[in-house]
Amino acid sequence: MAGRFGILDEEKVFKDPVHRYIHVRDELIWELIGTREFQRLRRVRQLGTTYLTFHGAEHTRFNHSLGVYEIMRRMIENMEKKEPLWDPEERLVCLSAALLHDIGHGPFSHSFEKVFHTDHEEWTREIILGDTEVNRVLSGMGADFPKKVADVIAKTYTNKLVVSLISSQIDADRMDYLLRDAFYTGVSYGQFDMERILRVMRPTEDQAVFKISGMHAVEDYIMSRYQMYWQVYFHPVTRSAEVILSKILHRAKELYEKGYEFQDKPKHFSSLFAGKMTLEDYLKLDESVILYYFQEWQEEKDPILQDLCCRFMDRRLFKYIECDPSVQMEIWPELNQLFTKIGLEPNYYLVIDSSSDLPYDFYRPGEEEERLPIHLLKPNGDLRELSRESDIVEAISGKKRTDHKLYFPKDLLEDKSKFAEEKQRILELLMAQEG
Amino acid sequence: MLQEHCKLLALFKQTGEIVGRKKLQKIIYIAKKLHFPFYEKYQFHIYGPYSEELNLRVEEMSHLTFVEEVKENKGGYYQYRYSLSKKGEEFLQLSEYELPEAKGVFQNMNQQSSRFLELVSTVLFFEDLSKEEVKEKVFTLKAKQNYTDEEVENAYKYIDSLRNMLVQ
Repeated sequence: MAGRFGILDEEKVFKDPVHRYIHVRDELIWELIGTREFQRLRRVRQLGTTYLTFHGAEHTRFNHSLGVYEIMRRMIENMEKKEPLWDPEERLVCLSAALLHDIGHGPFSHSFEKVFHTDHEEWTREIILGDTEVNRVLSGMGADFPKKVADVIAKTYTNKLVVSLISSQIDADRMDYLLRDAFYTGVSYGQFDMERILRVMRPTEDQAVFKISGMHAVEDYIMSRYQMYWQVYFHPVTRSAEVILSKILHRAKELYEKGYEFQDKPKHFSSLFAGKMTLEDYLKLDESVILYYFQEWQEEKDPILQDLCCRFMDRRLFKYIECDPSVQMEIWPELNQLFTKIGLEPNYYLVIDSSSDLPYDFYRPGEEEERLPIHLLKPNGDLRELSRESDIVEAISGKKRTDHKLYFPKDLLEDKSKFAEEKQRILELLMAQEG
Repeated sequence: MLQEHCKLLALFKQTGEIVGRKKLQKIIYIAKKLHFPFYEKYQFHIYGPYSEELNLRVEEMSHLTFVEEVKENKGGYYQYRYSLSKKGEEFLQLSEYELPEAKGVFQNMNQQSSRFLELVSTVLFFEDLSKEEVKEKVFTLKAKQNYTDEEVENAYKYIDSLRNMLVQ
């Protein structure tokens, strides 16, 4: 591939607690890492509010992006050695896409996207194709190179194998975040033998498949994904923090729309609230900016915004009960009425959180599905879907995987200095639901 | 309570039974592109725009018995049929949620084949590109579907007709 970048005189390495070393030989990759848009990822945590549950989870999108790049580099190295199906022209497209796949993520992006209906993938595309340092570096490889990288990340690139390496049921992105999130949260169940998986990976026209001799390593990966899903990503305390975070953003937006006079004008949010956010505005938003406002808003006059910000900053989170909305609907009108009566706005203080509100999933084999399942390659060349060969995967596939939790400020309900009777009734209703 | 779920229940109320997850996925995506307030996150997949979030939300509604799900074995794969249950209707009534006036566009989409809706949603996914570029995308990314030039033209006409229905 023609371009102004070549190979570095001396290989650069990053020490990394998950992969030990991250190796950079290409000038292109080195230049991309140095761009301001990529450096911004140092200020965006990988797991959002999870640090409030697992205090070690302070790792950032920067670490993860380097990790995905490193896994992709090793995948390519393995395939280049022995696979005629691999097209060496795609190497730098793959490496760049792996490195930049999360470049559009903002601070606490999951809650942000829910509240403001933005999409980090659109920002990713804009950063790669717009007037940015990243675009200028990528364009050094040729005018159409940025578009190729953006298409891989958007999954619309014509070479489906390349797309599958970064985005499929078993890809560089998932492998890095499972290992990394397990390492930083300190949990023991996120481990699997990635080296073995890479060794048994074989490219086909549409996706990478795995030699059946490596099935147990793939099983381990699936189990790890399953465990991390329920134990870390869906942790009810983290979800409580996300609920409060979302409600802070909702409240600030609502106040802005009503013309409320903030003591400290939220200038970083103005274009977002007005629905006119530019790329430059977006790039200025990082977690330090968000937390600055949350700190300031603890002293706002609006009691809801003030209370929610204090809760977030002091980790005074909402409590929860398991919830079945099909049963809860019977008591919902009474609960709403009681919350309103005691001065707690139900929209902010009585919140159902569902599993579909979260951005993670675990493996399910194909039914009438749109996503390719994991395929094992048998010695005779036949392909078999993983759960048809593995009893372990079969056992955890297709099981019930939805849940709902009802979050509320139990501390305020237990303070019986005012509205004691109503609060007692609320607690009775809630506890009766829990059984 | 569960407003995003209520939107889907309200849609089922208008369409009646929807046959096939693919069709449901494409109807919601097209509705989003027509500015109906659905906020499920979509990405491009094998059959065009696809939302895991929507898939999970429908599964939740099925577990809650708000939606009736019938699974049919079609030999090589399973097909799903979805319709609003009595309990779902009660829940929707309680929520007091109403979708914006749809003027029959949901029923109209439900009468189309899922293959055609796959093409329509793919054209909408690439709507910022020129028609020639969209055709190239369709013919390369969906080579196995063997869409013809005429079908792509029909997809464009169909999108116009849906938009016209909404402005009338």
